[in-house]
Amino acid sequence: MATNVRIPAPLLSLTDGKTVVAIEGSTVRELLDSLEVEFPGIRERLCDQAGELHRFVNIFVAREDIRFLDGLDTSVHQGQEVSIIPAVAGG
Amino acid sequence: MANEIGLRCRECGRSYEVLPMHVCSFCFGPLEVDYDYAAVKRVISRQSIEAGPPTIWRYADLLPAEEDDSVDLGTGYTPLIKAGNLARRLGLGELYLKNDTVNPTWSFKDRVVSVALAKARSFGFTTVACASTGNLANSVAAHAARAGLSSYVFIPADLEAGKVLTTAVYAPNLVAVNGNYDDVNRLCAEIAAEFGWAFVNVNLRPYYAEGSKTLAFETAEQLGWKAPGSVVVPVASGSLLTKIDKGFRELAQVGLIDEALPRIFGAQAAGCAPIATAFKAGVDVIRPVKPDTIAKSLAIGNPADGYYAVNAVTASGGAVEDVTDEEIVAGIELLARCEGIFAETAGGVTVATLKKLADGCRIDPAGSVVAYITGLGLKTVEAIEGRVSPTATIEASVDDFRRALSLSGGTEGLPTLDRAIG
Repeated sequence: MATNVRIPAPLLSLTDGKTVVAIEGSTVRELLDSLEVEFPGIRERLCDQAGELHRFVNIFVAREDIRFLDGLDTSVHQGQEVSIIPAVAGG
Repeated sequence: MANEIGLRCRECGRSYEVLPMHVCSFCFGPLEVDYDYAAVKRVISRQSIEAGPPTIWRYADLLPAEEDDSVDLGTGYTPLIKAGNLARRLGLGELYLKNDTVNPTWSFKDRVVSVALAKARSFGFTTVACASTGNLANSVAAHAARAGLSSYVFIPADLEAGKVLTTAVYAPNLVAVNGNYDDVNRLCAEIAAEFGWAFVNVNLRPYYAEGSKTLAFETAEQLGWKAPGSVVVPVASGSLLTKIDKGFRELAQVGLIDEALPRIFGAQAAGCAPIATAFKAGVDVIRPVKPDTIAKSLAIGNPADGYYAVNAVTASGGAVEDVTDEEIVAGIELLARCEGIFAETAGGVTVATLKKLADGCRIDPAGSVVAYITGLGLKTVEAIEGRVSPTATIEASVDDFRRALSLSGGTEGLPTLDRAIG
């Protein structure tokens, strides 16, 4: 089941400039695995050696930050949009 | 003149050219403007600054934009007020208030916007934009109007009326988003990636943020070229606090003040205190929260500079505290009644936190303290609605007035007028 994943500007060079890509996976972790298969090198930009998200990377599933859900084990259902966003800030 | 040589990732150290980008392409770390400090040191002096304009642009040598590109509404060089009444109330010896309520759009955001729009112009952008909790929206709309730039301003739909109206009046494209500030921020990151506009706090963020250093620069200059003993700074993303720290350090680095740097105290609302929580737990890992506080301008649940703010505070020997909504309103009232300054909720957070620190003997009562009052109370009048009102409503007759006076029973602070009337 493919999910639309929104790719942030710093990673566009790895996805041939595509800002939204359709990826297979039923959890965020699986989506990252599939992303790495399709766009090698993307995983190390997002995760550290231990496989955890870098401090400055946020992933949203249906507009909810996965840190409020189940982290990388958050389920992803059909039709939900997933966004990868660098930590931004105030105004 | 601009002495910046590039951008550098605060996390991995990678360097980039002066471009409209804000995150490291490799590790997503935040980018910061890097300066040729040796070149700055050659040109900057107390005299060169003192000879400059009475605005933030007197510090142009340490800002990443040219004054010629600036859209200047007369921002900065705001009063540093000696707060004797408040000091006595709090048991402090030497307290100053940096009164940024008097800026062109009544908040410190004019500093960062003035710099950001100068940079946007130098990059050739014709549309500027921002995600905002209110003050930034206000400032961007006003500066864009003056600069003749198109603007898109994104705010949470439930923002205080004062902030919505004071932004809308400049006729930007004002977009109210159904969500909290973090939702608006995420949306703007997505829009920034697609539309190629100059989002002052997204793709221009490294340049924008530098404007906050001027609060430190001015403080030092106004104290006679020295740093205060302690500073109290309201904390939303953590950017303001880290840039105030950077500002004092830069002044020392280029020889304008000596090395004694202030203790830095951060102030948050209890209903959104991820940085205070991390500090108190002795960690620098920030757990995001869902904000729930009247201090909407500080309601950032996932503060991008949180990690740096905790570390800057710890290194300085300061602390981060938080205060309840009731304490925030009491802080606004205390400031108004002691010093005649009307601050918005963020100012209430700052004063209430200062009080909490003073009451708990955690701030040095002998050293000088500077508290940053970052925005005007008219922007958040809802906070005092129902709490303040006329003392009396009377008919236009002296008898009615006498009746009102006697009813009030010589209220604390009200002079007895009988002698004057005779």
